[in-house]
Amino acid sequence: MAMENASSNELAVQLVDVNKWYGEFHVLKNINLNVTPGERIVICGPSGSGKSTMIRCINRLEEHQKGKIIVNGIELTEDLKRIDEVRREVGMCFQHFNLFPHLTVLENCTLAPIWVRKMPKSEAVKIAMHYLERVKIPEQADKYPGQLSGGQQQRVAIARSLCMNPKIMLFDEPTSALDPEMIKEVLDVMVELAEEGMTMLCVTHEMGFAKLVANRVIFMDAGQVVEENEPHEFFDNPQNDRTKLFLSQILNH
Amino acid sequence: MNEFKPLPSLPPPASLTGVVGWLHKNLFSTPLYTILTLVVGYLVISSLIPVLDWAIFSANFTGNDRSACESGTGACWAFIGNRINIFAYGSYPAAEYWRLDICFALLVLSFGPQFFDKFPYKMWLGVFSLTGFPVICFYLISGGAFGLESIETGKWGGLALTLMLAYVGIVAALPFGIVLALGRRSEMPVIRTFCIAFIELWRGVPLISVLFMSSVMLPLFLPEGMNFDKLLRALIGITMFQSAYMAEVIRGGLQAIPRGQYEASKALGLSYWKSMGLIILPQALKLVIPGIVNTFIALFKDTTLVLIIGLLDILATVQASITDPEWGSVATEGYVFAALCFWVFCFGMSRYSQSLERKLHTGHKR
Ligand SMILES: Nc1ncnc2c1ncn2[C@@H]1O[C@H](COP(=O)(O)OP(=O)(O)OP(=O)(O)O)[C@@H](O)[C@H]1O
Ligand SMILES: [Mg+2]
Repeated sequence: MAMENASSNELAVQLVDVNKWYGEFHVLKNINLNVTPGERIVICGPSGSGKSTMIRCINRLEEHQKGKIIVNGIELTEDLKRIDEVRREVGMCFQHFNLFPHLTVLENCTLAPIWVRKMPKSEAVKIAMHYLERVKIPEQADKYPGQLSGGQQQRVAIARSLCMNPKIMLFDEPTSALDPEMIKEVLDVMVELAEEGMTMLCVTHEMGFAKLVANRVIFMDAGQVVEENEPHEFFDNPQNDRTKLFLSQILNH
Repeated sequence: MNEFKPLPSLPPPASLTGVVGWLHKNLFSTPLYTILTLVVGYLVISSLIPVLDWAIFSANFTGNDRSACESGTGACWAFIGNRINIFAYGSYPAAEYWRLDICFALLVLSFGPQFFDKFPYKMWLGVFSLTGFPVICFYLISGGAFGLESIETGKWGGLALTLMLAYVGIVAALPFGIVLALGRRSEMPVIRTFCIAFIELWRGVPLISVLFMSSVMLPLFLPEGMNFDKLLRALIGITMFQSAYMAEVIRGGLQAIPRGQYEASKALGLSYWKSMGLIILPQALKLVIPGIVNTFIALFKDTTLVLIIGLLDILATVQASITDPEWGSVATEGYVFAALCFWVFCFGMSRYSQSLERKLHTGHKR
């Protein structure tokens, strides 16, 4: 695999011995991860294992205390300018969508391009409509988020991130707050995105999705990476006992 | 097998309509309600009749001194009519009343349209009322420029002064309050400590003592020769005091914004100020409109306290006039009139805030 000897500036995301504490609590322990451009990574693991914390470190929503995180060739440090640079290139979708309720769907999508990328409004609207069409809800552009279903809201959230033209997309359990019927419409959008070659890091328990698009599945427990493999090997032939237990639990209902 | 076919949608059932229907549903639906309605109705009407009789039917509306009111048993509104100029303008020179009239007209013109949902240039009117309006009024009222005679602040008074104090207090306290609220939630200890100290200091003392300090104590600490206007000092005192209150109201709103909103705006690359200005504050301020207006109304009424430092607002001019021997006992009329003036403006603010809330409502939050 490319991950062993790729030099850092070819990598989309590189985590080297990352450690993080919440107060006394050691939440991430020596995490190492290399993601090449275009790679799709699915991260799974039991609740509280640190999955969210890890991907939130990648766009510095959380700070790590030890180790190195390099995103797109930029190392994340205290330097606010670098953090801004990284955030411009990294899109993120949350479990609870986090759309801005006081703005329309279209305004949600044009806000960052206009204020962060300094794009003229007309161009931002054009791009926003383009992505809203791609997530198949252009007709909702003038509604407010509160008037949409959960699945529609999550698709708007994806479109909102894509409007910034990110190189990397982070997803933190994007479907776990949704009803079964809506999960599919969101996953369809994500599969399409994957097929177009977007670099994706995705915390999810949707194993069908993982088998379909992931290049690699990472299993975390207690703040550590326990096992990492390509999806078929991972699901059919897990090596670690902890992984086996976890898989038997989530696949058995 | 049967195919699933949804039932057709039907119109809602017709409810009781018309006046009779409304009366029946709301006032006489059960025997108990009927009795309650009759009792309350009797109480309201029997207490309203003497009030109306005093205020309107037996009242005197014209006349220039106490003889006009000696005949009747009702209110002596002639007194109010006779003194209305003092109540409205204080001791501002009569020849210059037009300047205050213009300011008042501008006030009505720039806020009146805000009550109509369809009026197109509301945004610009809003900007004008925060920027151009105070500047124009300041030059008009104080004069000393553009060929206008200069009129010292000691002569400003009456309703004009009340409105001025309240307006400046409101317009200045809101931005200061926002800054203080953000500062109190800041991650930088120096800024946070300063804001907490400021807020707790000003919030913990009565406005009367703030005014007293600003007018009596402050000059003692200032270097010789440096002296600034009493009205200005009162304004600064009121603004500081109200900013502290405002800050806490706004902080309540900031507290209520879910963490996800901060995270989403960070993840999109918005800077601190942009995410505050575009995402957090618009939502937080909308949430606390009732609290903000509450503070404004309290401020409006608190302006009466400037009396103790010798500024004559509307209540003070009323109080001075009712002791005038030229008129009999007109204290009731005077206070009722003052109360009515305050009520009109406070009620206006309350209505405005409600229309604002309706306008900004964008469906349920999820
Ligand atoms: N802000 C915080 N302060 C202190 N502890 C935290 C904080 N956020 C998370 N934790 C703790 O860190 C651990 C990892 O949290 P994290 O949210 O990364 O888990 P997760 O793997 O995403 O779990 P889930 O599947 O439930 O989302 C948990 O034990 C959690 O209690
Ligand atoms: Mg999580």
